[in-house]
Amino acid sequence: MPDTHTRFGSSSGQPATRRDGLAKVTGAATFAADNRPEGMLHAVYVPAAIARGRVAHLDVERARAHPGVVRVMTPADHPALAGDPDDKPTRFSFRIEVLQDDTVRYAGQPIALVLAETIEAATEGARLLSPRYEAEAPRTGLDDNAPFDVEEPGFGAPGETVHGDPEAGHAAAIHAVEVTYETPPQYHNAMETHAVVAEWDGDRLTLDTPSQALAMSCAAYAHLFGIPAENVVLRSPYLGGGFGSKAIPSGPMVLAILAAQEAGRPVKLMLTRRQMFGPVGHRGATRQTLRLGCDADGRLTVIDHETLAATSSFEMFLESASNASQGLYAAGALRSAHQGVRLDVGTPGPMRAPGEASGSAALECAMDELAHAAGIDPLDFRLRNYAETEPGTGRPYSSKALRDCYDRGAEAFGWSGRPMAPATMRDPDGTRIGWGMGTAFFPSPMFAAEARATLRADGSAMVETAGADMGQGAWTALAQIAADGLGLPLDRVEFRSGVSTLPDGGVAGGSGHTATAGGALHAAGGDAIRRLGELAAEQPDSPLFGAGNAGFEAREGRVHVAGDAGRGDAFADILARAGMSELVGSGRASRPDADTRDYAMNSHGAVFAEVAVDPDLCQIRVRRLVGAFAAGRIINPRLAESQLMGGMIWGLSFALHEEARHDPRTGRIVNSDLAEYRVPVNADVQGLQVLTVHEDDTHVNALGIKGVGEIGITGSVGAIANAVWHATGRRVRRFPIRIEDLLAPA
Amino acid sequence: MKPFDFVRPATLDEALAAWRPGTAWLGGGTNLVDLMKTGAMAPDRVVDVTHLPGLDRVEVAADGGLRIGALVRNSDLARDADLLARAPMVAEALLSGASGQLRNAATVGGNLMQRTRCPYFMDPESACNRRDPGTGCDARDGAWDNAAILGHSPACIATNPSDFCVPLAALDAAVEVRGPDGAREIPLSGFHHLPGDTPAAQTELRPDELIVALRLPAGAADFAAHARYLKVRERTSYAFALASAAAALRMEGGRIAEARLALGSVAAKPWRVAEAESLMLGQAPDEALFARAAEAALSGAAPAGGNGWKIDLARRTAARALGLAAAGTPARMPALPASPFGPAEVPAHA
Amino acid sequence: MSLSITLTLNGTERRIALDDARVTLLDLLRERLDLTGTKKGCDRGQCGACTVLVDGRRTNSCLTLAATLDGARVTTIEGLARGDALHPVQQAFIDNDGFQCGYCTPGQIMSAVGLIAEGTAGDDPERIREGMSGNICRCAAYHGITLAVAQAARRMDNDPAGDAA
Repeated sequence: MPDTHTRFGSSSGQPATRRDGLAKVTGAATFAADNRPEGMLHAVYVPAAIARGRVAHLDVERARAHPGVVRVMTPADHPALAGDPDDKPTRFSFRIEVLQDDTVRYAGQPIALVLAETIEAATEGARLLSPRYEAEAPRTGLDDNAPFDVEEPGFGAPGETVHGDPEAGHAAAIHAVEVTYETPPQYHNAMETHAVVAEWDGDRLTLDTPSQALAMSCAAYAHLFGIPAENVVLRSPYLGGGFGSKAIPSGPMVLAILAAQEAGRPVKLMLTRRQMFGPVGHRGATRQTLRLGCDADGRLTVIDHETLAATSSFEMFLESASNASQGLYAAGALRSAHQGVRLDVGTPGPMRAPGEASGSAALECAMDELAHAAGIDPLDFRLRNYAETEPGTGRPYSSKALRDCYDRGAEAFGWSGRPMAPATMRDPDGTRIGWGMGTAFFPSPMFAAEARATLRADGSAMVETAGADMGQGAWTALAQIAADGLGLPLDRVEFRSGVSTLPDGGVAGGSGHTATAGGALHAAGGDAIRRLGELAAEQPDSPLFGAGNAGFEAREGRVHVAGDAGRGDAFADILARAGMSELVGSGRASRPDADTRDYAMNSHGAVFAEVAVDPDLCQIRVRRLVGAFAAGRIINPRLAESQLMGGMIWGLSFALHEEARHDPRTGRIVNSDLAEYRVPVNADVQGLQVLTVHEDDTHVNALGIKGVGEIGITGSVGAIANAVWHATGRRVRRFPIRIEDLLAPA
Repeated sequence: MKPFDFVRPATLDEALAAWRPGTAWLGGGTNLVDLMKTGAMAPDRVVDVTHLPGLDRVEVAADGGLRIGALVRNSDLARDADLLARAPMVAEALLSGASGQLRNAATVGGNLMQRTRCPYFMDPESACNRRDPGTGCDARDGAWDNAAILGHSPACIATNPSDFCVPLAALDAAVEVRGPDGAREIPLSGFHHLPGDTPAAQTELRPDELIVALRLPAGAADFAAHARYLKVRERTSYAFALASAAAALRMEGGRIAEARLALGSVAAKPWRVAEAESLMLGQAPDEALFARAAEAALSGAAPAGGNGWKIDLARRTAARALGLAAAGTPARMPALPASPFGPAEVPAHA
Repeated sequence: MSLSITLTLNGTERRIALDDARVTLLDLLRERLDLTGTKKGCDRGQCGACTVLVDGRRTNSCLTLAATLDGARVTTIEGLARGDALHPVQQAFIDNDGFQCGYCTPGQIMSAVGLIAEGTAGDDPERIREGMSGNICRCAAYHGITLAVAQAARRMDNDPAGDAA
């Protein structure tokens, strides 16, 4: 358990267990596909088996004849959408595929949809459509199409950034490396596949579907179906994992809603695991070239980071990997640039630490390579290049306890005992051992959110925001923040979330949800307390009578004059005197532009890895993974530790396991299942340790929260890859590192 | 999934009588139901044989060998005391395969019939001579990195993914089958076919025959003190092998009196080479000897596409398995069965 | 086609007319019997999210045809707790934060109950890791899962009565 930073009377900082825990261990937690409204039909769509070309034939009659099949939707026969699927009604929108025509743009694209009375009939009906295609040669590898220069890799990230004079930096270097790393396509594969249960009532639409962005999703669906956004009720109490893939409405969800509209009956669509490889986003492949130089003392003269990244043939989202090199090390010159390549793949999208994960993987390996070239310990090398202000811009960090992370992580790991030379550590049985490290780094963005707090006559409260718990613990951490905002113990606060009719809780993404929705909840509590205090100040019987200008605070269900805990009044008493059954406060949160302009805001960390590599068979096992992280104020250390560990294991997965492989002839992914698209299993994980370093940060946001959802991947990939090198002396520059890479003759 | 007749016979004779063309026998279903879902298999009739009486027992035969009923579940067999005493590497192989849940369902007979994991076989959109004779082989020049290196043909480069069958081949097990024409026994070494020009004929079993038992000869017990199964994979558990080996030695006075070596995931059948075994006879165990044996076991290996690295890996796996066997069967099943990562336990951070 | 089976489902005998031989135990539970605690993660025996106990043994319900289960005893996540009293494995998952999103959790818990009943892992972390490797957790709560199974195994070892499902 990491340190806790408990304040008296505060829920924040306490390692509360999950408030949704009971529901989740008893099977009572209702995920989208658990809904089965009366009269519901099942929808199954046909994924394209080619990556480029057109659908030439579908055996609609045969499908329709299958017992139980109700309707077959094809490009030639489907109801019209009110909105253009190429429109971008919200900031986070992609063009989607909803049977506009018979063109196939990637393997796995929906090309037809079958509605049936049972899941078995719908599945077989879809199979019976037996599509035939006119196929063109697909482009699925990074060399299969011409690269183009990129102005914006996606969602506002810059395409090229230069600080200082990179050429001078190269010229001044005493030690230099130029290395190219490749990262493969990766797919989110949340355990819960994407699902929707759609039900229409006239022009009102009710959706049970997992969403990381409820209000935005409603706006997008409303646009596509030509109805007001308030006519859409989206329920998403739990997400069975999101990782970025459930923030943006996808084609299959829209098709199911369309089918429900036409059928006049509720429709359930749940993607098969195989269908997760295509229309619902992925982390696109990259090829990154890093040219790093340092002087004789190991001070970086330049970091020059170029990325070639894949996007789809019809939409723009790239892993902005090079930008991971911008904010971290104090190099004399910095250059980050991107090129894109259009491939016949589904549109990539944000996947846990988008850009940063791929970029950090390559950067941290390249740093290790340069440290070795300069004969400097990798941790020492990073400390020599420690940035006290943001490199390039000179902006101060809002807070940065990275030095403490290095110190504490290294101590816990025992880093000082590491031999410099690779391939020198062995177990008594001959197993090769390697130690590696990497720096973790992730921005601390904040979005906008609203919340409502209702004080009740019995002295309890209800707080509401349309947030999303996808496993990060929002139901728990947000409730803790809300309780503090109201000065109530956690068990006196009812927390409502996960439905779009509540105040907009913003986006659960970018590691910013706790800060953003939490900020709104805290503000709503403060607003309610202020109103309550002002009410009491008008009540002659209240100890607060006449204290209207003093400012109020709340503690343990009482309002008191700011700075004078002795002069206060109970919530319930104030409301009773006023004859009110409840009092409502509201709040919103977003970051002031000035803070965004004036400060660099990031979470930081240091990850240390020990790997074992069989000397003959080259099978790899991570034995220890120690991460020390500084992420502002930790609201719930139990949940934060779990999230950081999850991120570190994603790093392990990136380093050693995950890769989608396209057949070059069809463009189809051959390992589109959980047996061959390998993610770690329990036996892959041991020796995990997380330390957190507290930071007081008054700039990042009012609550001092930075977020812990994504940073765990960064640093971890490099730490493990560097440990594999240290164990074997073999530098593998293509992820994931496989047995065959280590077997190959040097 | 295509609709099918579901038949649940009460006796073996009823089961055999229920067969007609297009029938699939259903055991634990872990492979068949999966392939019916992908569409790679589409039987018209499914005959559930899991309740046939008398086939769920492990019995010691009069000669000291074992007769293992076809319906014994993998997990039950893996902890059977008679098996553990005679052939611990069979248990180790079983426990290195799949997951606890799948082993609870999977049967002995079903495991013998396990189909290849070649993704082009499992995906009916792909050409596959093994699934649909004459359509071609998309696995060649495809993106599958775990194809055969031995015994493959222009028509098919599939491997047999079974862990269980590898030590069984090494120990000269035999398969007892019943059909409309009565009973017969098929040696395991001849049970699985190499693809040749007819990869669809995957086993010696005729479609109307049913596996009723597996026989392990009494002589298997002679190797119990020096027998290991080793499996190399890209994940610590719950993954199919890239290469595996079952190695068993009968030691006399510090010398190898008898040796068995079979390789898994390298061909359409467990791979045994007589020369690799015989060259160890009368020798004292050492690394150089095992390296030579492994070399012999891989003689004739050739890549099917870009998987030449598997030849090297299989050779190393064979040599290491022999070394582990020479070191002796561990008293207790390793925590990670068949894993190269031994007992060196790093305490979990708590 | 109509097939009739009798199941003892979470302790209650149920006679079920199957409309279709293709129905798996998973889809029977989820789409016909409103027992949605059991989750579909891959539908192919590759993730463990659908794990239930069949005759006391952990099993992937997605690969089990319902028609094969005549006379079987099936326990799902809904049948584990005794009234308000959580099963020790359920409590241990809460105590050790053995889950995040909670989607794989019913399968993890049923698998853990099955593993403990098998009696081969005890509270040895390495044996638990191996024994639980048929249950994928994409949130990667494995550290907590291992601790939870060890805690429950110890507790059930001390108090075996009444805890077997």
